Amino acid sequence: MRTQRYIAGKIFQALLTLLFILTFNFFLFRILPGDPVAVLTKTQGVELSAEQQEELAIELGLREPLPQQFVGYLGDMLQGDLGLSTLVDPGTPVTEVFLRDLPKTLILVGTSTIASIALGIVLGIYGGWKRGRALDMSSMTGSLFLYSMPEFVLGILLLLLFTKYLHLFPSGGYSSVTGNLTGVAYVVDVVNHMFLPWLTLTLAYVGEYYLVMRSSLLDVLGEEYITLARAKGLRDKFVLRRHAVRNALLPTVTLVALSFGFVLGGAITVELVFSYPGVGKLSLDALRKQDYPVLQGTFLFFSMAVLIANLIADIVYGYFDPRVRAMR
Amino acid sequence: MKTERPPVSQPTEADAIPVAPPSGRSIRWKRRRIAATRFWHQFRRNKMGMVGLAILLFFGAMAIYSLFADPASLSKIAVTEESIAPCTFRDLPCAPSGNNILGTDADGRSVLSLVIHGSRMSLLVGLLASVIAMVIGSFVGIVAGYVGRATDSVLMRLSDFMLVIPWLALAAILATIIGQNVWVIIGIIGFTSWPGASRLIRAQTLSVKERLFIERSRALGGSAWHVISRHILPNVMPVIMANMILTVAIAILSESALSFLGLGDPLRVTWGTVIDEAFSRGATSIGAWWWLLAPSFCIVAVVLAFTLVGYALDEIINPRIRER
Repeated sequence: MRTQRYIAGKIFQALLTLLFILTFNFFLFRILPGDPVAVLTKTQGVELSAEQQEELAIELGLREPLPQQFVGYLGDMLQGDLGLSTLVDPGTPVTEVFLRDLPKTLILVGTSTIASIALGIVLGIYGGWKRGRALDMSSMTGSLFLYSMPEFVLGILLLLLFTKYLHLFPSGGYSSVTGNLTGVAYVVDVVNHMFLPWLTLTLAYVGEYYLVMRSSLLDVLGEEYITLARAKGLRDKFVLRRHAVRNALLPTVTLVALSFGFVLGGAITVELVFSYPGVGKLSLDALRKQDYPVLQGTFLFFSMAVLIANLIADIVYGYFDPRVRAMR
Repeated sequence: MKTERPPVSQPTEADAIPVAPPSGRSIRWKRRRIAATRFWHQFRRNKMGMVGLAILLFFGAMAIYSLFADPASLSKIAVTEESIAPCTFRDLPCAPSGNNILGTDADGRSVLSLVIHGSRMSLLVGLLASVIAMVIGSFVGIVAGYVGRATDSVLMRLSDFMLVIPWLALAAILATIIGQNVWVIIGIIGFTSWPGASRLIRAQTLSVKERLFIERSRALGGSAWHVISRHILPNVMPVIMANMILTVAIAILSESALSFLGLGDPLRVTWGTVIDEAFSRGATSIGAWWWLLAPSFCIVAVVLAFTLVGYALDEIINPRIRER
């Protein structure tokens, strides 16, 4: 019962934040320069008289009072109607443009995040447990370096090394341009293209997760219940697995969720380095060409992604740690 | 309300040697000097922190040097056959050799001087943005923690909201609206980097608030402003400082990412804009590694240095970690 109330509360908070985001999004894109009517007519290549322009403005709801526009906007958003793309892919619904690129980003960011979390946690546990050993010291140094390195710098270095000098991987894109590959050959080709951006994103965040997991484990190892567990004569492995790691994982969960916004930001720059046609590249295109409907869509997507990551973290946290549930 | 000073007995005729009592100010300064010395002794024992500090001093000197260095070396017009020797105009960008120990860019400008001039703006953006973030973060954190109740919930919701906003996308949009100007970029990074720090500062405020000397001060009639500025703030300050140093690192990373996306100030050279130009002019495909490596190295070194110093400060003010 308590768990359900806790989760319901978290979902309510997330919905409140969502409303915040939608409102913010609405006003942010109302203050952007450029008249939507002028942009539309320009892209469709039609000359419109002043009257027709006025009619179009009324049709688009631009002459209605702001509150009314806002209600209409909320309605559109709930139906998943984000308008039409103006310059990136003129006339196509934003959702369509978006759904075309979304899977590519999801698979890239999803798999690399899972890989860096897994690697970071495993190394972090080892580092905290065998503090000061050779592997810990080298992981520590490596992590600090990776943490200090912007994602795009890492990407550029890998690009130089693997494509320019070692000629091992293609320098960018999602698949080969010839495009007549099918079945297994196609999958191999895509994986071949995705490997470097994937490696970049994985390495870029492994350091951060390692550092947090390690320090969180060190914190827990200083607790009295660990001393007690040892005094009871439990085996070290058991103490580590059952007592220490479980509790040390909690702060790491929060950090992973909080850093997700940065991971997405990193994905934008990495997609640029490897000209990987995902949502990050799409938002950059939209920004450069001033395609506001598409930009608004990608902005909404990034905010929602972080929001959902945070919600999942909160729920996981509540599930693992009964104290959190009891507190509210 | 002013700080109470114990009443000082006036020297009377009976006193053999009239000694002027130490003033409040001199006592405070003495206490601060002792605290600073003790702090320095602790910091000096932290090897990683000292390495970080050394790197920072090096780059600080570089930034100061750049103030006096000739800005003409950044202009494309100043490039001559002699300045790019032993290369010729045909084989630009020129690999490290002869006159240019770090090579040149595609216009023949020395990468070394680009990097030196870039240090000033990169550091300035990092420091100023971090100061803005800390002022906002401290204000929100302390007010939320001290006032509590509805104010606390509203401020924490606000910071939740700021945490969810995808900062890079927001910064990119704002830079497009307001203009690609270095001050705008400082503002954007500052205004989007405070939420994390505000939570830590709030937590620290909550723990300081429960201490007895706060109760004493309020019982004596101290106003909220007095309690916050004279008692809470000095006790929260160490957390603020450690966070500020760590935020500088993040702000420098943020600036470089924005510049790399082509949203930097087109009139100023930072390490980020050098990498952006190198990348967009095909340095990776022609293999001009020197053009990319030097600014990248600087970013990594400075961010690493700030992080090391930040961790060292954190360790000193959080004695729990130090014991182990």
